Amino acid sequence: MSKQFLLDGQPVPFEEGQTILEAARAAGHYIPSLCWHKDFPPHGSCKLCVVKAAGRHVSACATPARDGSEVESNTPEMNGERRGLLQMLFVEGNHFCPSCEKSGNCELQALGYEYEMLTPRFRHFFPDRPVDASHPDVLLDFNRCIFCELCVRASRDVDGKSVFALTGRGIQKHLVVNAESGRLADTDFSKDDLAARICPVGVILHKRVGFAVPIGERKFDVATISAQTLKESP
Amino acid sequence: MTNAPSPASPELDDVLARHDHDPTRLLQILIDAQEIAGWLPAPTLTRIAAGLALPRARVEGVAGFYSFLYTRPVGRYRVLFSDNITDRMLGNAGLLDALCRKLWLEPGKTSEDGLVSVTTTSCTGLCDQGPAMLVNGRAIGQLTHRRINEIAELIRQQRPLDLWPAEYFRIDDNIRRTDALLGLDMAPGAALGAAIARGRDGWLDEMRASKLRGRGGAGFATAVKWESARNAAGSAKVVVCNADEGEPGTFKDRVLLNRYADLVFEGMSLAAWAIGASEGFLYLRGEYRYLRPQLEAVLARRRAAGLLGTAILGETGFDFDIRIHLGAGAYVCGEESALIESLEGKRGTPRIRPPFPVTKGYLGRPTAVNNVETHAKTCLIALHGGAAFAATGTAQSTGTKLLSISGDCAAPGIYEYPFGVPITRILEDCGASDTQAVQVGGAAGVCLASYEFQRHIAYEDVPTAGAFMIFDGTRDLFEVARAFVHFFAHESCGFCTPCRVGTSLLKGFMDKLADGHGAKADLNDIDWLDRLLKNASHCGLGSAAPNPVIDTLQKFRPAYERRLVSLDFKPAFDLDAALAEARQLTRRDDPGAHLKTHEESPE
Repeated sequence: MSKQFLLDGQPVPFEEGQTILEAARAAGHYIPSLCWHKDFPPHGSCKLCVVKAAGRHVSACATPARDGSEVESNTPEMNGERRGLLQMLFVEGNHFCPSCEKSGNCELQALGYEYEMLTPRFRHFFPDRPVDASHPDVLLDFNRCIFCELCVRASRDVDGKSVFALTGRGIQKHLVVNAESGRLADTDFSKDDLAARICPVGVILHKRVGFAVPIGERKFDVATISAQTLKESP
Repeated sequence: MTNAPSPASPELDDVLARHDHDPTRLLQILIDAQEIAGWLPAPTLTRIAAGLALPRARVEGVAGFYSFLYTRPVGRYRVLFSDNITDRMLGNAGLLDALCRKLWLEPGKTSEDGLVSVTTTSCTGLCDQGPAMLVNGRAIGQLTHRRINEIAELIRQQRPLDLWPAEYFRIDDNIRRTDALLGLDMAPGAALGAAIARGRDGWLDEMRASKLRGRGGAGFATAVKWESARNAAGSAKVVVCNADEGEPGTFKDRVLLNRYADLVFEGMSLAAWAIGASEGFLYLRGEYRYLRPQLEAVLARRRAAGLLGTAILGETGFDFDIRIHLGAGAYVCGEESALIESLEGKRGTPRIRPPFPVTKGYLGRPTAVNNVETHAKTCLIALHGGAAFAATGTAQSTGTKLLSISGDCAAPGIYEYPFGVPITRILEDCGASDTQAVQVGGAAGVCLASYEFQRHIAYEDVPTAGAFMIFDGTRDLFEVARAFVHFFAHESCGFCTPCRVGTSLLKGFMDKLADGHGAKADLNDIDWLDRLLKNASHCGLGSAAPNPVIDTLQKFRPAYERRLVSLDFKPAFDLDAALAEARQLTRRDDPGAHLKTHEESPE
């Protein structure tokens, strides 16, 4: 008899060592995420995968599934918290979707639609984050960074370069590159790095391919992020 | 990388060599490297990265995390005013203004000649003798306008700190009530000898019988923690003493380290004996850096006496030594997994738990992290046995507790009480009158109103890490909560979304109310943020951050409501005020240059 837990009342089988998020997605149930990636250990910073297990709020990406436990995820309460977290991510950066090249391929934008975020709700922070266009192939627009550290992890753990790191603290936290000049052109970053392809939002953009796919025909224009994610799940 | 080679710096090479080019010493290296120029210029970071074979970005990441590391120039005299609510109540803002005026300086900016910079910092642990400041890391308490005048003059004359009047740097212990611990007169090694005589198992039995719980606030059973670390796989176990006493209003560890350092180090050795650890760290908060020389002297004395090192007290196989690791201004490093990250030379970001430090801590090794007071208390248990210890206090909270008392009372300082003492008794002893509220446990703790003063200090009633801040009838509890909200926003590590953004949003709402733009809708948003922070934060900092607001909103709601200008919605900005700069530029102040926002509002 395989182990299972109840997700919103529905049985979800799992194997020992699987997290709530992994088991749920494998069974065809969507739990949202921004900082989680199947090829990396859980990070647990975006908190969009927050679920209620045994009455406690936990990150589904970092919490092992437990036999017989009850987990709440797709409920008005949890989805309300997720909408709030998305609103927080929108107001802390500078996200102007209509003029962003990532529009339609952006996971943050797609989650905004998924969770029916109709207003930013809070005051915008309007941080001052200059762009870095120094690299011949790639543009960095820090205005859209959500601090998922996927580029940090990909560059360090897969590309073996450590091109990116976070510095500062709290709301002043920001992404920096591995050069005294602070310019991407002065690092050994390449457009073929995994780190160049992993940004879920519009920070790391490839030059000269903008709008190759017209808006309206992009990934999340044709299907919601929940549908796309489940389609890609094993 | 195509970074140009940095100019040679023998001093920096010396710092790197002193730390064996060890990347886990990165934070210590940055602290020492900063001594060279007073700040950390970009080429210095590049050179440190090269010397440690680390990516430069990682070094920059660490340098940017800690408040006391500077990647931009600061003054040769770096003045930091302690900005706890108790400092504010003693008038620190007026003193800061006065000093800046005398030095022709803007707060937060460095003077054009690079001589001096003046700004604020989180609580420096001198609440019993505030208002306080740090000048280049050295603490000065009991600031008055007279003293500020003198300091301004000394800075203008560029007098070296060593030549400043010695009484400025006198820090008083202010011990007002002693009990078992503070009254203990123990010869160094006595507790350790007793524990060794009992054997490791016998010693752990006594610890179990004592029912000692962690004095850092969470109250976890110390014996259980030690047993887990002892039973964890891995041989090179680690004992860490958490002296990152950052909770606003807490200063008992400062006094323990200043006057009872032997008890603290002996307690660490007792932990090492119990769990079989060979390596110990004292994580000393950067604000207490001035204690380091005397602590090193105590360690040297203990080594000479055979209380540290190999075969301690002649016991073959009991090898243990202690190193001091300095923090650099980051409250979050009081969280044990963030502390361990910091010990490893990284940004102080709390880890995902489990695994807990007792199984996977410092460099993946089993690590027992305990508070300063917890370590000191274990000496009592070793000397007199667990049963004797458990005979005091209450059934669930055995032994005594040190309280750091500050705020509106006649005799602020350190008070040691058996657990179970009622708030009223404490207020009476310290000479508090007309008390409106007491903040117990610091910013992350609980705010008690007068109708709760019959409650008791105990894990089962009012738990505390030791802070006890008193507010009399003249104080505004909204401003108290607002100060704590500012503190948490400043100290959030920024790792998780709810805490990074939520603490800043909360700060924005409290400031909006303070500025007279509050509306009832804001109280609803504050409520919502409080809940989200509590539920969804990654660590205890985020989940405790709304505590001051939750408590004061519930118990002192009028302090909020009288700030509301509208029962509905009100924007946080004033359109007409926003045009002020345009009016100044165009030199207009006629009626046409103003918006009549107030007449349009429905009131």
